[in-house]
Amino acid sequence: MSGPVTEAKLWYWQRVSAMALALFVLVHLATMAWAVRGGLSAAEILGRTRGSWVAGAFYGVFVMAAAVHASIGLATIAQEWLGLRAGPARALAAAFALALAVLGLRAVYALVAA
Amino acid sequence: MSEELVVKVWRGREDGAFVAYRVPRRENQTVLDVVTWIQRHLDPSLAYRYACRVGMCGSCAMTVNGVARWTCRTHVSRVAKGEALEIAPLANLPIVRDLATDMRDFFDRWARARGQFTGAATRHDDFARVDPASPARVAADAGIECIGCGVCHASCDVVAWRPAFVGPAALNRAWTLVNDERDTAGRERLRAVAGDAGCHACHTQGACTERCPKGIAPTAGIAGLKRLVARAAVRGEL
Repeated sequence: MSGPVTEAKLWYWQRVSAMALALFVLVHLATMAWAVRGGLSAAEILGRTRGSWVAGAFYGVFVMAAAVHASIGLATIAQEWLGLRAGPARALAAAFALALAVLGLRAVYALVAA
Repeated sequence: MSEELVVKVWRGREDGAFVAYRVPRRENQTVLDVVTWIQRHLDPSLAYRYACRVGMCGSCAMTVNGVARWTCRTHVSRVAKGEALEIAPLANLPIVRDLATDMRDFFDRWARARGQFTGAATRHDDFARVDPASPARVAADAGIECIGCGVCHASCDVVAWRPAFVGPAALNRAWTLVNDERDTAGRERLRAVAGDAGCHACHTQGACTERCPKGIAPTAGIAGLKRLVARAAVRGEL
């Protein structure tokens, strides 16, 4: 899995996920600033997010965008700084993406459904 | 201004070392003047390269106090730290000897980025009429003044990290050709500059743009290539 077309598509996905992340981070920060106001406990947060499909969908997509974006970047860094070839670097990055996605989605599940 | 400069000059090849020379300090002295003085008065075996002395030929680029520059257009007063100078060959290029680098690999990369113009017209055709205000021509104009000095190439971290990367100068050349409406090898060129040996390796750090003595922004051209390549890849035209 290499070659200019793959690399162009990876770049495209990283760019698209970066655009999504920029939006998600802004919404996340703004929501936090608004929700906290005079102080907010974990119980209060969970009280609002449990059963909320909007929060679930928002943070689910957020997690996936972060997994895609970070892993493509890490594959590049692994090639440049650790001297790995494209294949092993991408395999390592895919494992990292999977770990990010699983851990992140588990957290989203805990926030919304558990 | 003191009477004397202490100038450390790289001697030998990759396994060489700096040798210190004492050079008289003059007003309006360029770094190239300093190197020439050393060669004429202290050590005639010092190898370096220059031709025009006025910033037209691009052959005198060297690393001055850690930064790639044209030595002919760099005044000592602008770069000397105290009265000390350190002059080395351009980075990211094989050293022939002392301050002279082997530029063959640099220009081979231009060829790999499909830097040759390919036209459809013959000498019997009339001149092409290109609107100077068209967006493509404006984009080509922004990069066309490159004289191939290698300063951007020597300043680029990605060139140092990725031996296969064609580098900012080659990509700038490709960008000017992609925007040349007479050229007929656009698709082939996009394929040549796509991927991790081409435009996608660029991190947009902008060292090339910061250091280019001609004020060209290879970073902008590379970003343009990324957009064109992505569009072609998504449409299955790459």
